[in-house]
Amino acid sequence: MSASAVLPDGRICRYSLRERVVHWIAGISYLYLLLTGLAFWSPWLFWLATLFGGGTVSRELHPWAGLVFVIAVGFMYGLWANQMHTTQTDREFWRALPHYVRNEDEEVPPADRFNGGQKVLFWGFFWCGIFLLLSGLILWFPPLIPWSLRYFRYAAVIIHPVAALLTIGLFIIHVYMGTALERGSCHSMVRGDVSAGWARKFHPAWYDRLMRAPH
Amino acid sequence: MSQATLEIRRISGHAGSVPGAGLRREFEVCKLIDTTTCIGCKACEVACLEWNGLTFSETTFNNSYQTMPETQWNYWNLIKFNEHERDDGTLQLLMRKDQCMHCEEPGCLAACPADGAIVQYVNGIVDFQQDHCIGCGYCMTGCPFNIPKFSPTARKVFKCTLCVDRVTQGLEPACIKSCPTGCLHFGTKPEMKALAETRAAQLRQESGFAHAGVYDPAGIAGTHVIYVLHDATNPEAYGGLPNDPRIPWTVKLWKTPLKWIGNLAIVAGLVGVVGHYLRFGPKLPPEEEERP
Ligand code: HEM
Ligand code: SF4
Repeated sequence: MSASAVLPDGRICRYSLRERVVHWIAGISYLYLLLTGLAFWSPWLFWLATLFGGGTVSRELHPWAGLVFVIAVGFMYGLWANQMHTTQTDREFWRALPHYVRNEDEEVPPADRFNGGQKVLFWGFFWCGIFLLLSGLILWFPPLIPWSLRYFRYAAVIIHPVAALLTIGLFIIHVYMGTALERGSCHSMVRGDVSAGWARKFHPAWYDRLMRAPH
Repeated sequence: MSQATLEIRRISGHAGSVPGAGLRREFEVCKLIDTTTCIGCKACEVACLEWNGLTFSETTFNNSYQTMPETQWNYWNLIKFNEHERDDGTLQLLMRKDQCMHCEEPGCLAACPADGAIVQYVNGIVDFQQDHCIGCGYCMTGCPFNIPKFSPTARKVFKCTLCVDRVTQGLEPACIKSCPTGCLHFGTKPEMKALAETRAAQLRQESGFAHAGVYDPAGIAGTHVIYVLHDATNPEAYGGLPNDPRIPWTVKLWKTPLKWIGNLAIVAGLVGVVGHYLRFGPKLPPEEEERP
């Protein structure tokens, strides 16, 4: 079942198995990073570390999970980057944002496979992932950084949480939209398929393109 | 409270009022290091290793008397040697005993995320509790003196305790006890400060060190280890003693304003999505009724 194929029952394949596996590897590793990271972020949340085997274990495993996350994001880049370029439609999407927020989706310019918001999510996670990786590597090995290079550590302790906070903002919106708000989209990331009506409503340009293509 | 043994309540067979009754020792302790009378003998290094039961470390040779480049997780007390060239071209061998400064506002403690891994006692001693340490190394970033060191085997951080175990029993730290020249002193902060100022004045007036002074840096609200320096205008010459040590500003920004901005933003985000759902509800695809 490859992405953007119309299935025999009239439903449409939105995400291939490969896309879904990569997405959930990123998602689960992110969730672990988020919860252990928040434990170190605030004394009021330090109990979260207890859920994952205690502070020492969480400190030991968080950077490794970070590598898994970054590799998954790298695969996502390979899968999706060419579909994430900003288009004229995306600029119009942002102008029509109030309509989109009020669920007046008819007033929103027709999105292709990904709409303007999804593209921001993608690039946000991509760039924050790079900053989290660079600062995270410094935080990982403080003893290896000589005193004369301590300014890198001073930068890392601020860059890492700021980048994490930016992704947390994206993550809250992403999870809300994927589960509660846009019905059917969670199913699409689990089983891969969406109904024709779903595609017509949320990604009309993508739907039209599929219908026009010979299959 | 073992300090209670330092206070007198009653004494036997004594006529009249009890001498010293109700007197309480000044609580804040201080170590005074007079660099002008240090001879670099390293007795304090050995005493520190002995008392704290620290394991053997390889020494290095860098055309100097210095044992190794910097303190280590199992080497908490190091004499830093510097052949300082004075303006008139003459050499001066500067020797400074380097160890934890026991800051009044400790950067390590501000940076540490683990509950109870670093404690500061009322007497000013800053002590690491390795059983609570998670080994993240944030303390190494918070410290302006490059003191906490990571042990790759224990995966925890260690540093000088100011011999908290000895001090609690009314003894001086091990390094003080071993010093043959008496350049190390231990007592209350006001006593040590006064002694240091007296010595610095003596150096200025009688020994020709016009810039002699006391190092008790204000940027971290003072330290519980203070120095007398021949030239207090140039602490950097004493093996890199920082001129104006402070908790790095990014560490301060990270630990207070950013924390609150971030927490508020996360809560606002959660409230925002719940509010959106209550106000606008889901986006339903057309044939939601049949099958999502
Ligand atoms: C990309 C690879 C990553 C690496 C190598 C990495 C590494 C680290 C390291 C070494 C620390 C210090 C404490 C610890 O070990 O847990 C840390 C803290 C943290 N990490 Fe990561 N991390 C990565 C990705 C992430 C991601 C994706 C998030 C997303 C939420 C995140 C959130 C946090 C947070 C919130 C903290 C605590 C910051 C603070 O104490 O203020 N990290 N990270
Ligand atoms: S390494 Fe240990 S003592 Fe240092 S900041 Fe982390 S938990 Fe605290």
